[in-house]
Amino acid sequence: MSSGRSYDVVVVGAGIVGSACAYFLARAGLTVAVVERGTVASGTTGAGEGNILVSDKEPGPELELARLSNRLWRELGDELGPAAELEPKGGLVVAAGPQQRKQLDAFAATQAIAGVQTRPVAPDDLPELEPHLAAGLAGGVFYPQDMQVQPMMAAALLLRLARDLGADVQLRTEVTGVQTAAGRVTGVSTSRGALAAGQVVNAAGPWAGELAWTAGLSLPVLPRRGFIVVTEPLPVLIRHKVYTADYVANVASGSAGLETSTVIEGTAGGTVLIGASRERVGFDHSSSLRVVGMLAGQAMRLFPVLAEARAIRFYRGFRPYCPDHLPVIGADGRLPGLLHACGHEGAGVGLAPVTGQLIAQVAAGQAPSLPLGPLRPDRFEELASA
Amino acid sequence: MNTVPDQIPAPGPPARTDVAIIGAGPAGLTAAVTAADAGCAVCVLDLGERPGGQFWRSGPATGDGRFHHGWPAFTALRDRFAAHVAGGRIDYRPGHAVFHVGSPRAGAVFRVHAVADDRRREHAAVEAAAVVIATGAYDRQLPVPGWTLPGVMSAGAAQALLKGSAVVAGRRIVVAGSGPFLLPVAAGLAQAGARVVAVVEAGQPLDYLRHPVGVAAAWRKLPEAGGYLARLARHRVPLLSRHAVVAAHGDERLQSVTVAKVSSLWERVPGSERTLEADVLASGYGFVPQVELLAEAGARLRAVTSEGGFAAVIGPDQQTAVPGLFAAGETTGVGGADLARIEGLIAGRAAASAAASAAVGAAGSAAGRAAGSATGPAGPDGRTERERAALRRFAAVMDRVHAVQPGWTGWPDDDTVVCRCEEVTVGRLRAAIDLGADDVRSVKLLARPGMGWCQGRICSQAVAALTTAHPRYRDDAGTGEHDGTGHDDATFDAERAVSRPLAQPVPLRVLAELGSEDDDAVSAD
Amino acid sequence: MPEQPRPRIDITVDGVAWSVPADCTIAAAFTEHGQPAWRRTRRGARPRGLNCGIGVCFDCLVTVNGMPGVRACLADVRPGDVICTEEGSGFGEHGP
Repeated sequence: MSSGRSYDVVVVGAGIVGSACAYFLARAGLTVAVVERGTVASGTTGAGEGNILVSDKEPGPELELARLSNRLWRELGDELGPAAELEPKGGLVVAAGPQQRKQLDAFAATQAIAGVQTRPVAPDDLPELEPHLAAGLAGGVFYPQDMQVQPMMAAALLLRLARDLGADVQLRTEVTGVQTAAGRVTGVSTSRGALAAGQVVNAAGPWAGELAWTAGLSLPVLPRRGFIVVTEPLPVLIRHKVYTADYVANVASGSAGLETSTVIEGTAGGTVLIGASRERVGFDHSSSLRVVGMLAGQAMRLFPVLAEARAIRFYRGFRPYCPDHLPVIGADGRLPGLLHACGHEGAGVGLAPVTGQLIAQVAAGQAPSLPLGPLRPDRFEELASA
Repeated sequence: MNTVPDQIPAPGPPARTDVAIIGAGPAGLTAAVTAADAGCAVCVLDLGERPGGQFWRSGPATGDGRFHHGWPAFTALRDRFAAHVAGGRIDYRPGHAVFHVGSPRAGAVFRVHAVADDRRREHAAVEAAAVVIATGAYDRQLPVPGWTLPGVMSAGAAQALLKGSAVVAGRRIVVAGSGPFLLPVAAGLAQAGARVVAVVEAGQPLDYLRHPVGVAAAWRKLPEAGGYLARLARHRVPLLSRHAVVAAHGDERLQSVTVAKVSSLWERVPGSERTLEADVLASGYGFVPQVELLAEAGARLRAVTSEGGFAAVIGPDQQTAVPGLFAAGETTGVGGADLARIEGLIAGRAAASAAASAAVGAAGSAAGRAAGSATGPAGPDGRTERERAALRRFAAVMDRVHAVQPGWTGWPDDDTVVCRCEEVTVGRLRAAIDLGADDVRSVKLLARPGMGWCQGRICSQAVAALTTAHPRYRDDAGTGEHDGTGHDDATFDAERAVSRPLAQPVPLRVLAELGSEDDDAVSAD
Repeated sequence: MPEQPRPRIDITVDGVAWSVPADCTIAAAFTEHGQPAWRRTRRGARPRGLNCGIGVCFDCLVTVNGMPGVRACLADVRPGDVICTEEGSGFGEHGP
């Protein structure tokens, strides 16, 4: 292992966000080391569905990120190749009743003004898009730009591209702390020795707060547990990502209790993935049949054809989120040389390319493609005192 | 018209019992009868449709046990079992696929969830003060080219056809693999009239002579082995040792196999290959304990193969790390039916005692259960303990003589399917490793072996072995802290790797019923 | 083999009438009939039948009386069973 070498940038974490950062940094001509304590995608990315969505984003900073990232994913798709399984399948948001439909339409209208492609779908037109949807829904909105990718493969392929561009990748190496001297970042300490670098990117997912703490800085990133139920392989029954209108409300909710809503999609392999629950219960790895049962029931109500389909497994992941539900991207004003790329809360896969691009721009001293003010790492103290 | 009712009906109240037993093989049946004899209400849930498990695969009504071993012991046990069922002490549930064993936070009972009757798939739940998990083990097969052809099956499958259904698997049968199990399988098939073309053993049975003490401990087994050998000699079945079936051939079904000599590390010896015509290859390289329910319920595990087979860690009374949860039979380590019966006896007594303590204890506390089973009459008496110890010693010897050697990873080629469910080839695994996946979990995430119906039961050991054998894996081994199972010691968590929250496929309709329960069925961490 | 003739029962397989031994598994009935495969895989359309024999591998799936994905190695045949071999996921075009 090459400890003792000096880099322009060290990226901590080889999940989808860290891998994207490494790729864009290397492409910008900087010398990069990626340090990961497990292996590729062994954290939250390994539990990811691979969502690349504009449909669930409120107009504002997050939607702007998502729109740019969507474009970047399409470009990356060609470079990564078919192994990444990038599918421009589109997303269909359905409303259970007229009240939800009104809310959905109003929300979609604001998104359309911000440049998102939306297509209202009348109740009678739902079966054409999704023949197996339950009857009695109040229509919905279709978002042709939503896509799906295989997140683990995408991360591994991005990392390989980064390596090809000269990046050093050190797996099974734990970063134990950010090193500083005279009020600046000087590198990181790891389980296999120190690495010197003028800049460090914190892409440590749900553990980003811990890493920031080693530099004495507070970063309120917390884990939000979610379950995904996986069915046995089925013929193609569900063509798009389909979810109910209350999903959008759940992401925005600050409640710590359990919220479930219905998110369903098929995969290339034939299994159907069923989500999505959110609970703020720390890093609790125990299973909860009750939550999974609720997800199963919701899925059946939306797609009655799934009643006899069998679940063959379910798994949990921990989405890293911040109190204001916006990610943290950019330089930390409190410590020159420290950059953060974390807190993406369920949108890490979708927002990985734009995060990588912005980080590379900041690291290289270029103007960022999007205003970074709302995403700055040191905004929380101000928010708290506001 | 919405054909799904607005409300998923809540499940009826779970059946209540003192001791729930999962598995109706030698260990489970013995535990059930023992606990029932001690006065407990017992519920036995079994995946199979008839009692006996794999070892005593119950035959057709017309069968007379001629293909079975220890038949008198089985019929005696079966009769006692039937008597308790008739008397209402044992609630016998065949055809039940138990998918979860959990301990709710409130209260001290275990909740066992199953899918009942594969033809109808309804939800069945049982609450019990104590649980014995005796889910047995399954054959390990090694992937070789052509092993997915119809006609290629596990040695256990060939034996189950014979014992359970009195059907011979085929006309020309090669029995291959490693382990003493090959002998009764081959002898049974020969006696039933099949042409057993050869018994192909990769190990060297003479190695038993290196462990005289262990072998002597199980001296009663020698006449049994001698009987099989005599029968095979009578039918002129060639026995090859230090040989292995390294490939299977055929178009839509098996037509022939390639047998090659192998070194002591099971590397194939070039130029030693021979072709044998066969329509059935019955193959078995030892057994893998089925411990998913135990892992998910909180039991500790220990490695029993170098490539990811695990067994439950138990105390002298067969109790796991979870008070009130017991394991017996192959789930504690592969050791055969005699050992399984002894463990079932010990576990049955201990579970009965634990259930009694739970009833007496004020809060039905776990401590009450633990205290009861440690100090009550549940511990094995001296003779039983000696018998168990002797059989375990012999099992350890068998493990050593027939341990799977790493050279087998040279038998498959890039086109060989490793994950049968998802048809993932060795080539795709190697591509994933080239992309940076250097442990089983990453390989699984990238190449998707183990993501199908069987959830890696059949392929995960092979995936682990192929991963560690990959040259790139060695290069990136870094600190060399891997424990040989393809997992990094520092981060590897056996229980997490093995545990499956759903041990069997469950219809969403059944899962949905659990969503409307008030009590949160949470398994231990 | 047992000397006296075994009782036999009638089932249909893919619409064809079969006489099979009573008291045996569906997998055994197929084997006795000389048919070692009754399923095609999803990706390669390769034939599969009995493999592990104890319900662990899910290779032996067959549709019984309309219920897809039944493990043939565990299920006993019953008189009048309507059995269909499976292609791919076993659910056909229209799903479960």
